[in-house]
Amino acid sequence: MNHLSLIIKREYLTKVRNKSFIIMTILSPIIMIALIAVVAYLSQLNNTTERTISVLDESGLLKNTLEDTETTTYQFLENLNLEDAKIVAEKGEHYGLLYVKGLDNIDDLSKHIKFYSKELPSLTLISSLENKLEKQLTDLKMAQKGIDIAKIEASRVNVTIGQESFVGEKTSKIDSVVKLIFGGAAGYLLFMFIIIYGNMIMRSVIEEKTSRIIEVIISSVKPIQLMLGKIIGTSLAGITQFAIWIVLGGVLMSVVSMILGIDLTQSAAGQEELMKQAVESPDVGLEIQNALHAFYNLPIFNLIVAFILFFVSGYLLYSSLYAAIGAAVDNETDTQQFMLPILMPLILAVYIGIFTVIEDPHGTISTVFSFIPLTSPVVMLMRIPFGVPIWQQLLSLAILIGTFIFTVWFAAKIYRVGILMYGKKPSYKELYKWLKY
Amino acid sequence: MNNLLEAHSVSKKFGEFTALNNVSISVPKGSIFGLLGPNGAGKTTLIRIINQITMPDTGHVTLDGKSLQPEHIKDIGYLPEERGLYKSMKVGEQALYLARLKGLSKQEAKERLQYWFDRLEIGDWWHKKIQELSKGMAQKVQFIVTVLHNPKLLIFDEPFSGFDPINANLIKDEILRLRDQGATVIFSTHRMESVEELCDHIALINKSNKILDGKLTDIKRQYRTQTYEVGLRTEHKEQLQKELSTKFEIAPTNFKTLEDDLMLNIKLSEHDTSNDLLGYLSSKGEVSHFVELIPSANDIFIQAVKNNN
Repeated sequence: MNHLSLIIKREYLTKVRNKSFIIMTILSPIIMIALIAVVAYLSQLNNTTERTISVLDESGLLKNTLEDTETTTYQFLENLNLEDAKIVAEKGEHYGLLYVKGLDNIDDLSKHIKFYSKELPSLTLISSLENKLEKQLTDLKMAQKGIDIAKIEASRVNVTIGQESFVGEKTSKIDSVVKLIFGGAAGYLLFMFIIIYGNMIMRSVIEEKTSRIIEVIISSVKPIQLMLGKIIGTSLAGITQFAIWIVLGGVLMSVVSMILGIDLTQSAAGQEELMKQAVESPDVGLEIQNALHAFYNLPIFNLIVAFILFFVSGYLLYSSLYAAIGAAVDNETDTQQFMLPILMPLILAVYIGIFTVIEDPHGTISTVFSFIPLTSPVVMLMRIPFGVPIWQQLLSLAILIGTFIFTVWFAAKIYRVGILMYGKKPSYKELYKWLKY
Repeated sequence: MNNLLEAHSVSKKFGEFTALNNVSISVPKGSIFGLLGPNGAGKTTLIRIINQITMPDTGHVTLDGKSLQPEHIKDIGYLPEERGLYKSMKVGEQALYLARLKGLSKQEAKERLQYWFDRLEIGDWWHKKIQELSKGMAQKVQFIVTVLHNPKLLIFDEPFSGFDPINANLIKDEILRLRDQGATVIFSTHRMESVEELCDHIALINKSNKILDGKLTDIKRQYRTQTYEVGLRTEHKEQLQKELSTKFEIAPTNFKTLEDDLMLNIKLSEHDTSNDLLGYLSSKGEVSHFVELIPSANDIFIQAVKNNN
């Protein structure tokens, strides 16, 4: 045990004192915040760009349809033919020219609307124009057919389905969104952690091999102690780095937004708005209340415990595989062929998390993959906010820990033999043979 | 108990490949034991088994009469052939770390390191990084780390590689001093002149089998060829050489003389003694040089391996 703590301490200190580690720790949040600031700033710029769109409406049906907004001004051209209108629009450096042919039949007319511009117009602009024109023309056509639009408007009904579980827990659509954010964040965090620090462990094993210190060390300690010490020490350094990132990122974020007066949360707020639209709730106040309710409704305790357990065992499972790869090869370029089988289940897990769990958190695919050990940490972490029976969580965790123990044994075997092997790159067949040494 | 380390019929296979086949060695306490053999013979495997890095398939090893156990690690100091240090770690910090892995307390390790750093005159390297040192300098640090915990058994695999002659000599003297202080040394090398200089006992391993072992003097006796290098001052050199060639096996040789002497290697037949030869020679002229040619470790190595192949 004493050896293990010595190794952990050394691994931790060398990692933390390493210059590139320090630079990464400090620079990453700065770069991230700078990027967000630039994006936020640019999107603000973009939003405030004023465009003028000239409209040549030969039919005269669109008079009241197109209203000027803060960023878009419509300039109606009169008594010009199309060619002249184009010239006017181009000379006036207008964003584009909307042309509606002078036809009486609305069906024909709808097929002869065109937008001329210098460059390809923005997709959102075109679809918003389409929406406006569609609505106007539909209204006109209904009027032609003698349908009273006011009556139609008056007979519209909005439906919001209230959700409640059998035991009486009230939920709403916003609930799912909150759950998704929590589950997604947990799963994605684990994914990032494995990729970044798993690689770091692998590199540090390779470093020990290339500097040839390995035989000196393992004449004093057992290879498995060295491997575990490495994994734990590097992970602690990783947690330190993550913590610094979060704190530094938070501080920088508030400082930058104070200084520049840019609301960095704006883009996030934009997404919230989208979500609100998706939920189509008329009452914003109720919405916030719902979100808070959803948050308190989350199985917080279960979430925290499960997060720690699945995170730790999932991470250790993968990092021992990374350590084994590091031991099997001589240099980093040889790691490619062994990385693929590790990355595949990891990426698969994230995709399943994103596409399947959102759609149906308790469906067959989500459930099955939350039991398969290499994907279960990510998928299960994404599922848990939606409420997973405790027996499922325990079973999945048991399978995961069982696999974890097996993997550490397996990795330790490879590690023990691999660290003393120099020269040629081993094949899978040779790795299999090493298990029997 | 006269043997510090004994290996009894140790065998080790890697898949189909036999690295060691039924090898037994006994290393007497306080000796310098040369573990010799061509490349790939199995020396490193045997050393790794002694260090409990690899486990033998069959056979067992005892240290001081007890089967090898994890706590024996602190009784052994091992300088592997493939050696190195963490490049970006500072010398002192690194030495301290490796010493503590051998079970020394921080305080004790520091004191001993101070002593050894002064002794090998590298005291001012404490805060340098390994990557700033030359290979020979790093080797010195490595040597210190190997012997720092005063192990009963020291294992050196090619200890002199990377050293200039002055430092090689320094290290050789340190090894001899450690032996005199009671340590037992296993010494694996290809440099036969250092075997000649240092080892009392040797074992020769070839193709996974031990083919020769024992006291170096005994082995030399066993390989002695009864050949004498003689110098003779005479007027009739050519006539005498012809005469000698009828009675003995002779070969021309060369050594330093002051006169124009007849110089020959003369091999005695089984029933002759050196006195017979000396009597015969002195009756023919003035004997200026008469030395038995003792086989060198190099000769023995080459001959034993050749015969075995």
